[in-house]
Amino acid sequence: MTKTNAEDYLRMYRQMVRIRTFEDNANQLYLSAKMPGLTHMYSGEEAVAVGICEALRTSDKITSTHRGHGHCVAKGADFKEMFCELLGKEEGYCRGKGGSMHIADQSNGNLGANAIVGGSMGIATGAAFSAKLLGKDDVAVCFFGDGATAQGLMYEVMNMAALWKLPVIYACENNGYSEYTRTDEIAAGSITARAEAFGIEAFQIDGQDVLAVNELSQKLVERCRKGEGPFFIELMTYRYHGHHVGDINREYYRSKEEEKDWRENRDPITRFRAWLVKEGIASEDEIEAMNAAIKDDASAAVEYALAAKYPDVSEVDMHVFTDVEHALA
Amino acid sequence: MRNITLSQAVNEALAEEMRRDDSVFIIGEDVAEAGTPFKVLSGLVEEFGTQRVVDTPIAEPGFMGLAVGAAMTGSRPVVDLMFGDFIFLIMDQLCNQAAKTHYMSGGKLSVPLVLRTNLGATRRSAAQHSQSLHALVAHIPGLKVAMPSSAYEAKGLMKTAIRDNNPVVIFEDKLMYNDKAPVPEEEFLIPFGQANIKREGSDITLIATSSMVQVCEKAAEILEQEGISAEVIDPRTIVPLDEKTLIESAKKTSRVIVVDEGHQSYGITGEIAGRINEKAFYHLDAPVLRMGAMDVPVPFSPALEDITVPTPEAVAANARLLMSGEMIHAA
Repeated sequence: MTKTNAEDYLRMYRQMVRIRTFEDNANQLYLSAKMPGLTHMYSGEEAVAVGICEALRTSDKITSTHRGHGHCVAKGADFKEMFCELLGKEEGYCRGKGGSMHIADQSNGNLGANAIVGGSMGIATGAAFSAKLLGKDDVAVCFFGDGATAQGLMYEVMNMAALWKLPVIYACENNGYSEYTRTDEIAAGSITARAEAFGIEAFQIDGQDVLAVNELSQKLVERCRKGEGPFFIELMTYRYHGHHVGDINREYYRSKEEEKDWRENRDPITRFRAWLVKEGIASEDEIEAMNAAIKDDASAAVEYALAAKYPDVSEVDMHVFTDVEHALA
Repeated sequence: MRNITLSQAVNEALAEEMRRDDSVFIIGEDVAEAGTPFKVLSGLVEEFGTQRVVDTPIAEPGFMGLAVGAAMTGSRPVVDLMFGDFIFLIMDQLCNQAAKTHYMSGGKLSVPLVLRTNLGATRRSAAQHSQSLHALVAHIPGLKVAMPSSAYEAKGLMKTAIRDNNPVVIFEDKLMYNDKAPVPEEEFLIPFGQANIKREGSDITLIATSSMVQVCEKAAEILEQEGISAEVIDPRTIVPLDEKTLIESAKKTSRVIVVDEGHQSYGITGEIAGRINEKAFYHLDAPVLRMGAMDVPVPFSPALEDITVPTPEAVAANARLLMSGEMIHAA
């Protein structure tokens, strides 16, 4: 079994490392003051985005969050356009108009990150509604964090998705913290029980185990295509960085010991790498070579993006409306 | 030409566009069998089924958000928001999501969505079912805003809105649903950004939106008897705004009153007055006057409610004031 899927496993590994490498570079860009604004790191949560997106095809849709680089990479985006977007350059996915918090990649079915916590839950549900109305068997996945479970919109759209059996999967990335506050201080009762109250089948799963995430996702995606949706998954995971890159001194809400424990004992990449070696799917040398190639790719993309052009100032009033080239002309 | 009600006009526009394009669907509270409390949508579910005339739970942000996502992925939703006042409930989905998606994605994603809702006081519905909130959405770049003033406009603007690839908000005057007007049997569309000169005149320009067009037409009749020739212009869409027609009229008559049912402060009237001031100042013989709804929550008591909205008599009185030259000294 493992041999026949070797390529899939290696792609999953590569995608996880690509996310980690992207984030390491993005963090450096922030720390060296080369990036405008700030950004939210996905490092530590890679198995969630990759495990789920590897169960999707290009025409399936996802909606992402302010912590969205991982989803964007996992759904098929390229480093070059992503770094260009983070730096506000013309060749970015959104021509520099969105930035980190609004990065979208429509060509791969990524309907965009969203800077309003929980703001994309309606959009994902609507994408599923559209698929059903137009007779397609595409599925939509709504990524959101534990913090977003406090938003009312979630319950409104889950109610409708359940009533109308929409092909949508609500993927709650529970990283233990709602910005700077522990999740158990903001979430009463059980998160999965909230979905179950609508008659939605809900699962809680180890979000650091990419194989487990992928296996469950494949099953649920297939069931969604057959009209058995919606579903809800709570993925237990961890963010290695603070809420955003500037959230450095965070011991007032989270201990260094806890962070160390997750990094050393539950890292999704380290775990999967060990499994790949144990199963004989890749050797340590092959893995090191893969890592090095990804690092080089990322460095080249960063260099490219740093040197790339900003959009011409005449673009400022473009794309306000679809049918007006310059809205203020 | 036959006369039909504004309700029938909206209903026809929706039915025609739904027949033409299978991706158009209606979503909102009590839109199917009930056909909305105003009965605007009666009969549509019978023709198009519950897949395309979708009754929702009472969850405005939810169905609005769902419509945004549907619009981004190949469908053309027409969202029915039962009362314009409920727009406060959907502000995030409308203004942070729908309005900005095309821009934030650098032109890659679009949201071809119509939000149908209403405005208008004097229906004895009190402060949460009577507001005219179009200025709020007109303030947000990325949203088009249409304000039909009769059955004819309601049909033509609705058809254009459904075919538009941007989010469009249409405010119907809920007091006009049963008002009849001549509407052609044959298909027609009204382009956005083209004002309609409802009545030509030479002494003063009355710029009026939606419910206030009728008010200004009546005011013009009163003024005519006194020998004052008023021009009445209906912008029909406030985003985009046909500034050119408004400016030309201001230059021609040299006096302007802008009349709109939104609250006067920080509203449409001030915006239009400002543009006329910037572009026709040296042609004016009097300050541009604003007449909006009174800056109070809409009261329930008829004795109070009726005085909160501009009336033909009030418009005529202000026109006389401008004609007399007194405003110049007052200013």
